[in-house]
Amino acid sequence: MATKEEIVAGLADIVNEIAGIPTEDVQLDKSFTDDLDVDSLSMVEVVVAAEEQFGVKIPDDDVKNLKTVGDAVDYILKAQG
Amino acid sequence: MTAKISPSKGAPYARILGVGGYRPSRVVPNEVILEHIESSDEWIRSRSGIATRHWAGPEETVAEMSLAAGGKAIADAGIAASDIDAVIVATVSHFKQTPAVATDIAHRIGAGKPAAFDISAGCAGFTYGLTLAKSMITDGTAQNVLVIGVERLSDLTDKEDRATAFLFGDGAGAVIVGPSQVPAIGPTVWGSEGDKAETIKQTVAWDEFRTGDVSRLPLDSSGNVKFPAITQEGQAVFRWAVFEMAKVAQQALDAAGITADQLDAFIPHQANMRIIDSMIKALKLPDHVAVARDIETTGNTSAASIPLAMERLLATGEAKSGDTALVIGFGAGLVYAATVVTLP
Repeated sequence: MATKEEIVAGLADIVNEIAGIPTEDVQLDKSFTDDLDVDSLSMVEVVVAAEEQFGVKIPDDDVKNLKTVGDAVDYILKAQG
Repeated sequence: MTAKISPSKGAPYARILGVGGYRPSRVVPNEVILEHIESSDEWIRSRSGIATRHWAGPEETVAEMSLAAGGKAIADAGIAASDIDAVIVATVSHFKQTPAVATDIAHRIGAGKPAAFDISAGCAGFTYGLTLAKSMITDGTAQNVLVIGVERLSDLTDKEDRATAFLFGDGAGAVIVGPSQVPAIGPTVWGSEGDKAETIKQTVAWDEFRTGDVSRLPLDSSGNVKFPAITQEGQAVFRWAVFEMAKVAQQALDAAGITADQLDAFIPHQANMRIIDSMIKALKLPDHVAVARDIETTGNTSAASIPLAMERLLATGEAKSGDTALVIGFGAGLVYAATVVTLP
């Protein structure tokens, strides 16, 4: 199971791959849309990549609640159970 | 007693003999869309890849657009209209349900008395029709089938819906499918997911209008009852279209015994440029594969999009006759169908 730090690092790599954002910019308090330029469709790609990497399920209905990197990290931590 | 019934005798295989398209004369740029929604040209282009689309005028009916596209397909195939013995029309935007528009088209195109019927399979309609045509030809119930995908989606567009106002376009695409001595249409991988019916749908059923109870009907900004329109849950559709449809596309390649390296062209339903781009990544298509990107200037024309995109890919020389192409249609239902074809 991934630690919080590992999830942040993993998400940073995913966001870098999909949206071309430098990994060091991907911080817990950053908003995907406002700070990282990840639009709603890119967010789906981020979510699917995160599901694969961390072995979790993130249903469409929950995706809209993931506003910040911290929201996504907390969700994945909980979903890992 | 059970008497012996003579079976029908079909051609060994089927192929696409010709393709034709019709795009309405009115070109609608994003600026016109922006008269009704708070958005920007940059936002529309970055979310959908669409710069312009065609909207049909009053004379450009479903039947008229079909006749134009069908006539070009017949000419491209080098057959006579009278050689056609079945006409299949895929559409969701022909508003007179009875009789089927296919019979009017069959008659006016000069096909005589062919079998003729409409099918409703959303954006997978063309690929469904192609699959039916292939089966009819190899079964022996038809020799040459005219398959048309046609839409006037501007009639089913909520011009005030920021999420879909820019998306849809009008047009018709047609192919002639005929007999072949070699396999030229692969096995179709198709299906439906009715549990996801709510993700793409018409806002209200037609019979809701009969009740006279306007409180149940959506109103526009002036308080008038809105005509039904197509709505969708963007993120859910995007996820399904990219990741689930990439699996279906791969299954179609596997079923045809074709590797991505052997592919010359990829002609997906023109739903959204972002979906097309992401599917290419998910399928790991090699750079040499020509990808249909007709959506930029045609918009999403549902059942018409694949034959329209096929015609353009051939017309621009990006693909040529005899090339091997992967086609996949997917949309409201949800429904999908993918196959590999030899281009006409």
